[in-house]
Amino acid sequence: MGACSSSMEERGRTTLNDVAAAIEGRFGNDISRTPASHGCALTYSLTKPSSLPAVCRSLFWDCGCLLGGIIAEEQPGRWQMHYVFLLLLSGWIDVVLTLPIETTTVPSIVAEVHAADWHEREIEDLFGIRFENHPRLGDFVLHDQIWHEGIDPMRRNFSASPAQLGKQLDLEWQPLLVVGDPGSFAMPVGPVYTGGLGESLHFLLETVGEDVIRAIPRLFYNYRAVEKIAEGRTVPDALLLAERFAATSAFAHSLAFCQAVERIHSVEVSARAALLRVLFCELERLRQHVAAISAICDSTALAVPAAQTSIITEQLLRASGILAGHRYLFGLNVPGGLSRDFKTEECRKLLASADEAERELRVLEKRLRYSSSFLDRLEDVGVVKGANARDLNLVGPIGRASGQHCDLRKACPYSGYERLTFEVPCETEGDGYARLRILFAEAAQSVRLMHQAVDALEPGPVRIPCEGNHPGAALGWAEAPRGATLHWVSIDEKGLVERYHAITPSFNNWLGFFMAAENFAFQDFPIILATWGLSATECDR
Amino acid sequence: MGVSPGRPVNTDFSSPDEAQLAAAICPVNAILAQGKSALVDPGKCVHCLRCRWGIPTPMNWDAGYEWARPSAGNGEGATFPASFSKSLHIMVVDAGDCGACLHEVKQLNNPLYNMHRLGFFFTATPRAADLLLVVGPVSENMRGALQKSWEAMPSTRRVMAVGSCAISGGVFGRSFMCAGGVGSVLPVNFEVPGNPPPPLAILHGLLMATGRKPATKSEPVAEGRS
Ligand code: SF4
Repeated sequence: MGACSSSMEERGRTTLNDVAAAIEGRFGNDISRTPASHGCALTYSLTKPSSLPAVCRSLFWDCGCLLGGIIAEEQPGRWQMHYVFLLLLSGWIDVVLTLPIETTTVPSIVAEVHAADWHEREIEDLFGIRFENHPRLGDFVLHDQIWHEGIDPMRRNFSASPAQLGKQLDLEWQPLLVVGDPGSFAMPVGPVYTGGLGESLHFLLETVGEDVIRAIPRLFYNYRAVEKIAEGRTVPDALLLAERFAATSAFAHSLAFCQAVERIHSVEVSARAALLRVLFCELERLRQHVAAISAICDSTALAVPAAQTSIITEQLLRASGILAGHRYLFGLNVPGGLSRDFKTEECRKLLASADEAERELRVLEKRLRYSSSFLDRLEDVGVVKGANARDLNLVGPIGRASGQHCDLRKACPYSGYERLTFEVPCETEGDGYARLRILFAEAAQSVRLMHQAVDALEPGPVRIPCEGNHPGAALGWAEAPRGATLHWVSIDEKGLVERYHAITPSFNNWLGFFMAAENFAFQDFPIILATWGLSATECDR
Repeated sequence: MGVSPGRPVNTDFSSPDEAQLAAAICPVNAILAQGKSALVDPGKCVHCLRCRWGIPTPMNWDAGYEWARPSAGNGEGATFPASFSKSLHIMVVDAGDCGACLHEVKQLNNPLYNMHRLGFFFTATPRAADLLLVVGPVSENMRGALQKSWEAMPSTRRVMAVGSCAISGGVFGRSFMCAGGVGSVLPVNFEVPGNPPPPLAILHGLLMATGRKPATKSEPVAEGRS
């Protein structure tokens, strides 16, 4: 721990004023500062679209911000694009680009900020906006062998109801190959593989024989158009979607959604609700981290620890079921707090299960650290580190194993995390073993936080009214088990959802996966995958 | 305890108003009010718990897990012949699942459930699979792969839809991107409702499919108000 070259605290020394001075000094004529809104700490409106890439480069590289994501919204007669950056320990910075609706091309920022790559590809595929000079557009969310070009499902005039839009499955369709050496060939894996116990996604392993040179993931097999079908729904109905597009981090995503809605209504939840939310967030992180450790053991065919950790996972699922009435914590978060209150004794029982899990994990970690044959398979496997991790904007445990010391619970606190004591572990090796250590260390911190949350509980309401007609838009965020998640919700005057955009840690990190899967032995592929622990469905939405 | 989250079941209230209230709070129209009774369609219920915590008089809650049932269309006589009862190979396809059902299916391999002892095995190849277990509402991008998997199976194949999304589309419903359930793509023989159904409910489905549990539409036993 503490091995990171630049910790959150160090990088957080840059203040909003520093950023404002730098940006306004350089781009004073091209941007104008507007009142901070939507939950951001600093908002700029861009008056000269062509300086967008330079502004973004300055924020990302010169000011040391991280990329939150790009949010596109079609409004009556115009496009509004939000380029959201995170200044560690200070908050979100939003650069807003407003364009007439006839606009078809926007400058790409990919050459400056690589991490924006998939955000732009997604917008191009779903809205039909082209990004000038983007190196690779096309086949992404809408798979080319099924969908015609020119279908822009996120446009307002596109109806989400069932229709025969797809074409006949194009059997001739071929994915783009990168490796062109003589004798090289591509091995397709998926979307159905490992007996389907893995999620649906596809890899193209490009190889010249023994070693795999590249593994290019192809996602969005599980694309259910969640953001499209959320439009026009009431907030409680849309909440069901936020909670159910990626169940293994359902609580974090529903929390981010609810916080966005609460921000629109200017509602602050009670102290009790905030603490209970922390309790459930950490329970979810603990369970998900144990499941991830289990998958890593499984990928190296270490059957006993894999079985032990899967038992702990099941026990935590059961503890969730007993306390909350749902094994995956559905139905708890509501705008304004929680759907029901919990007795302190009930919460203490949950803590007992968490303590037991932690004890078992500690023993297991020690044993694994002394299993050299196991470590051999994790060390130097699936490496991304240093400048590459920064370049790709890796988030969550994967980022933190690669020297990217960022955790929204500290970097931009919510739900009262700023009042709790915990550490955010960080490693620099960026290999499979570093990621395993991070998972163990974070699981222990989660148990610590669960205790603090229950100890601090005081009587009070758990739900504050958060209804009525408040049109508006806002961001909500949370550190989900796999990393930062950022939800944009905009509501119209009838109280219906106008635009919902969920930027998820898996979407963010899948972009960087290719870098970890270069020049490796075929049998290491499952290990690389497991130590990354990404979710396809969380990316696809 | 905790092995099953339970689920709402048909409830007789003391007034029609209470039944109406229950029907009105359900976001997916899984509750039908008939006089003083409220009837639940388990294949639609997305387990949002609103009819439990969100209304003054909650629905009755069934704490069990024997939730599997033959499907209405192709369930009749679909039970596997006796020769499969000690060895059934299962292929799982994720057709737009949120990860919950898939995770619960995975738990069957957990020593706490250990489905091997009951003669159930996962297989990676459709050629060797007897049962196609599908989770998720069938996203358009997965439709082709699902169909191909089914076509590659031997003719004794059966299909089981696990989870409310696989049965009715769940919260995703039917859209340009979702088929609204496996039934609109393949002939479904068995269903395991739940959002997600716990591992024991899925196991119940497997036992039912192999004729080791009766394939009757058993009415769940209400455990009284909780
Ligand atoms: S739990 Fe939710 S979805 Fe299920 S019947 Fe009750 S209100 Fe309807």
